Amino acid sequence: MIPAPFTYQRASSVDEALELAARAGEDAKFLAGGHSLMPLMKLRLAVPETLIDIGRLGELSYVRADDGHIAVGALTTHDDIARSDLLASELPLLAHAASQIGDPQVRHCGTIGGSLAHSDPAADLPAVAVALGATFVARGRRSGTREIAAGDFFLSLFETVLEPGELLTEIRIPKPQSAGWSFQKFAKRGIDWAIVGVAVQGPNVALVNMGSTPIRARGVEQALAAGSGPREAAAHAAEGTSASDDLNGPRAYREHLARVLVGRALAEAASRG
Amino acid sequence: MVRTEDPRLLTVGGTYVDDLREPELAQAARVTFVRSPIAHALITGIDVSAAREAPGVVAVLTAADLDDLPPPPPDSGLTGTEGLPFPLGGHWSEPLFAVDRVRFVGEPVAMVITDDRYQGEDAAELVSVDYEQLPAVVGVAGALAGESLLFPPAGSNVAVSTGTPADSAAFDGCDAVVEQVIVNQRLAPVPLEGRAAAARWADGKLTLWVSTQNAQIARFILAGALGLDPANIRVVAPDVGGGFGAKIGVDRDGLLVAWAAKHIGRALRWAETRSENMLAMTHGRAQRQVVKIGGTRDGRILAYRLEIVQDTGAYSRMGGFLPFLTSLMAAGPYDIAHVETAYQVVMTNATPISAYRGAGRPEATAAIERAVDLFAAEIGMDATEVRRINLVPADKFPYTSGSGATYDTGEYVAGLDKVLTGAGYAELRAEQARRRETGDVLQLGIGVASYVEITAADADGGETARLVVHDDGTATVYTGSSAHGQGHHTAWAMLVQAELGIDMSKVTVIHGDTDLIPMGVGTYASRSLQLGGVALQKAAIEVKELGRKVAAEMLEASEADLELDVDRGVWQVRGDPATSTTWAQVAAHVGEAGLAADVNYTDGKPTFPFGTHLAVTEVDTETGKARLIRHVTVDDAGTVLSPVLAEGQRHGGIAQGVAQALLEEMVYDAEGNPVTGTLVDYAIITATELPSFELLASETPATVNPLGAKGIGEAGTIGATPATQNSVIDAVSHLGIRHIDMPLTPARVWAAISEARESR
Amino acid sequence: MKVTVTVNGGEVAAEVADRTLLVHFLRDVAGLTATNVGCDTSSCGACTVLLDGRSVKSCTVLAAQADGRQVTTVEGLSSGSEELHPVQQAFRAEHGLQCGFCTPGMVMASVSLLAENPSPTEDEVRSALEGNLCRCTGYHNIVRAVLAAASERRPS
Repeated sequence: MIPAPFTYQRASSVDEALELAARAGEDAKFLAGGHSLMPLMKLRLAVPETLIDIGRLGELSYVRADDGHIAVGALTTHDDIARSDLLASELPLLAHAASQIGDPQVRHCGTIGGSLAHSDPAADLPAVAVALGATFVARGRRSGTREIAAGDFFLSLFETVLEPGELLTEIRIPKPQSAGWSFQKFAKRGIDWAIVGVAVQGPNVALVNMGSTPIRARGVEQALAAGSGPREAAAHAAEGTSASDDLNGPRAYREHLARVLVGRALAEAASRG
Repeated sequence: MVRTEDPRLLTVGGTYVDDLREPELAQAARVTFVRSPIAHALITGIDVSAAREAPGVVAVLTAADLDDLPPPPPDSGLTGTEGLPFPLGGHWSEPLFAVDRVRFVGEPVAMVITDDRYQGEDAAELVSVDYEQLPAVVGVAGALAGESLLFPPAGSNVAVSTGTPADSAAFDGCDAVVEQVIVNQRLAPVPLEGRAAAARWADGKLTLWVSTQNAQIARFILAGALGLDPANIRVVAPDVGGGFGAKIGVDRDGLLVAWAAKHIGRALRWAETRSENMLAMTHGRAQRQVVKIGGTRDGRILAYRLEIVQDTGAYSRMGGFLPFLTSLMAAGPYDIAHVETAYQVVMTNATPISAYRGAGRPEATAAIERAVDLFAAEIGMDATEVRRINLVPADKFPYTSGSGATYDTGEYVAGLDKVLTGAGYAELRAEQARRRETGDVLQLGIGVASYVEITAADADGGETARLVVHDDGTATVYTGSSAHGQGHHTAWAMLVQAELGIDMSKVTVIHGDTDLIPMGVGTYASRSLQLGGVALQKAAIEVKELGRKVAAEMLEASEADLELDVDRGVWQVRGDPATSTTWAQVAAHVGEAGLAADVNYTDGKPTFPFGTHLAVTEVDTETGKARLIRHVTVDDAGTVLSPVLAEGQRHGGIAQGVAQALLEEMVYDAEGNPVTGTLVDYAIITATELPSFELLASETPATVNPLGAKGIGEAGTIGATPATQNSVIDAVSHLGIRHIDMPLTPARVWAAISEARESR
Repeated sequence: MKVTVTVNGGEVAAEVADRTLLVHFLRDVAGLTATNVGCDTSSCGACTVLLDGRSVKSCTVLAAQADGRQVTTVEGLSSGSEELHPVQQAFRAEHGLQCGFCTPGMVMASVSLLAENPSPTEDEVRSALEGNLCRCTGYHNIVRAVLAAASERRPS
């Protein structure tokens, strides 16, 4: 299948990307790795009029230690994240989760910024970013540069607080206070999206695919803060979630999975803490 | 052994239909189908005007343009009776384009012809079809309810019914009787290459290049559908990227491409997208079964009943035939005194059902292998012991089963024992007991399935071979059999080398071109080696005898004194290498035509491969996820010509079988919309979900053909599905679970566990 | 737009529609038909090629995205059918292919894996090939082929 016709433009700098986006208007989309967008376009579920290719903006592909946080450029691929020595030692949750995305071909193309901006609640990195308490840096011609907390970023399926023409440029992740981490991804097959996933970093617990956005498992976090053990805390995993019935099972099953996986994640995180 | 096919496939790739760069196709336009998005509806109007104006559009065709076809065959009057041929005719018949009514999502309604592929997808979106939606008939329950009819003149959705089995007293004498409803779910075949065709009409002759398992059958179907003399049709099967039964002959989409090329007078090409393939290539399986099994407390099975409702989808292609095969093989490898079967074939608003790897036999095996496990659980006996007691003993062959098939040769008990020993059955049971004892989250399952299947069921249809030895010492084989991955080119060259001593590298194998091979059947039902291979072997023997005569003349010796040194591929007077005469010299002696023999082998008989599979699974009892960790098999297909090729068939079969047990299902919603229409949702098994397989060798020669060969194409699938299903159920059987329907997805297994725990 | 891609070491330049997928650029413009299309959803991997040395699914990459970059297809791995690349050779020796449709993509995914991980375990091979579907081989001999190619390449 073939995407509907569109105009392709390639940006050679962030400024140019923003300029092109402003000119193209509402029906423009940024194209990073394209592995979320292109399949939708081929099925003609997405029909942008203009694609602005930001894939060559080397200035946005990096992992570096900054003051008290790790900065990851929005165009860093999943594969580069998974292989980053710095992340392996400082943010193993992120490096490990990136290594679990899709398949090698997808990881070679897909980028962290693309995945976050696409806002698919079944994707792994949004929940990981939430669990890590990340801050996103965005740039727009009107809005200038602004910082958005991961927890405020995702609005619903395919919808974020980014304005049209606004570009996600960097993900800033504070150095975790507590070393214990775990990423539990439950899927039928290796290549599948998670039926349910759990990201744990210290006291933070976030869920993949349990609602229209990544969800912070507040009930679990509060129980942990109040001194509950992992098993007891995990019983709260489905609170505040809104999983839907789908091909992979009814809502009740996914709520059950959330409890099981949170239990396992907390146990694993504790063993690493 | 390495395959002769592979260097090309590995370096420049095969030449599949979409890769053809024939000069005749240089100006070919591209076909894009417009398909029904609705499961069941009346077509109240089709407006193609906007599409006709779109860039690059050559033509837009619908049923209204089908004015140059022969009239459909008259109503045979054969409806609702036993033993119907397929496809069903009369008011059940299937049109080319949908006429007035669509019956499944994906049914072709119109065709857009454009200069290039991209324009086709754009223009197809502009064809506007008005539909008046009708209630969809979904699944066998919907069909039997009969509230909505696919073919109102038929008055029913039940196309075939053999009546109910006589409720005999057979079960009366049983100590234990178990009944179970079993769903053998609808599957999509998913060859990696979808359907594809290219067609050209020139000088009164139609050429169709098509991704098919049977060029000659495709030509026969094409001649009938378009009203052409077969002599004016050439069908070519280039490289074919997998078939699995779903590319037998040619179906309506391919026929339409051929028709349109003639109708508009321009060469055309079509390669379906995967999204089309999932909906419009035939599906397989789709049976609802009720099994009833009874026997004595000491493990002897006395009676077995299998009732089938076959969902054949919106049109009956082979769907009317599959439950016949299932019934024929219902008794499996067991010596059961009383076996009874009955079936119905029903129409539903879903993709038509046809052959898919095993075609009716996997369904029979799945039913009885579940039944045996249920019976064993009921009487509290190890299921492998029940099998050993009831398998047809080696001294009973040929053996006619309770369901009417006559099995040729077999060592069923030996096959079972070999697998149990190879797998370390006792140790596995001990490990299972240990995990149950400790309440391990990961429980171990051990599942066994013994099977017998029928291959070359239509052996009397025969197969052809023509062998020519040329004056340069090379040989050419023209085979009616047709390769799509099996390795015919290698196997046929091996046969020639074995018989004539002509090196494999000098043997060219040609298949799938009706101009070169007008007669042939092709490849399905695991028939190739035992029919096409035997035909070639016979042709080689004829050539050898011709060669003997010629060489005798050349060497001025008597034929009886001549010998063929097969190692060197030369004729000589016995014991006198100085007289060595090569095949090149012998062939040259008879002139340009060389030495040739034509064989149409119709003396073959069906054969009955058998075996046992043992699957070890780990089931996560907290999530319901099952994982296959070992798979050990005996698949006895008689004398093996090439172990490498035979093992390859078993590997692929096992993977597809496991996939049915654990992952795959074509799912429709209540409106008849497919919800697993892409490879994101339809879960093909990947390397990650499988272990390496443990194959054990066993060869019990067939006696009905000179190669001693039985078919191996479907065996892996037939054994692997129930072994895996039984294994997962076995893993949780200590919780009181007796049955879970396929596919055994995490959600289903968890639901069973959860229900079992609640009822305790 | 004008797109110039270095394909298997040679420059291929053409004026193409903006929406042209890389796989169609390779098949229809460069005339290299080994790379196949097996699905619409980036699931099957039949179209896998190397883009600047790393495996990608060419049905999900625009030709425009490959402009000015290096693409390697299975046709570029060896000089001909006589002299096979070690991975091609291993697929042949281990009977790692049947119908051949997934093979070019499978081989390229394997080449990419071995470039990143020269000594993979069986599990790592299986995991690295999870984006490449094969319906014929059950993956058994494919996995063996990749492991064999890896041990072949390791200096002993």
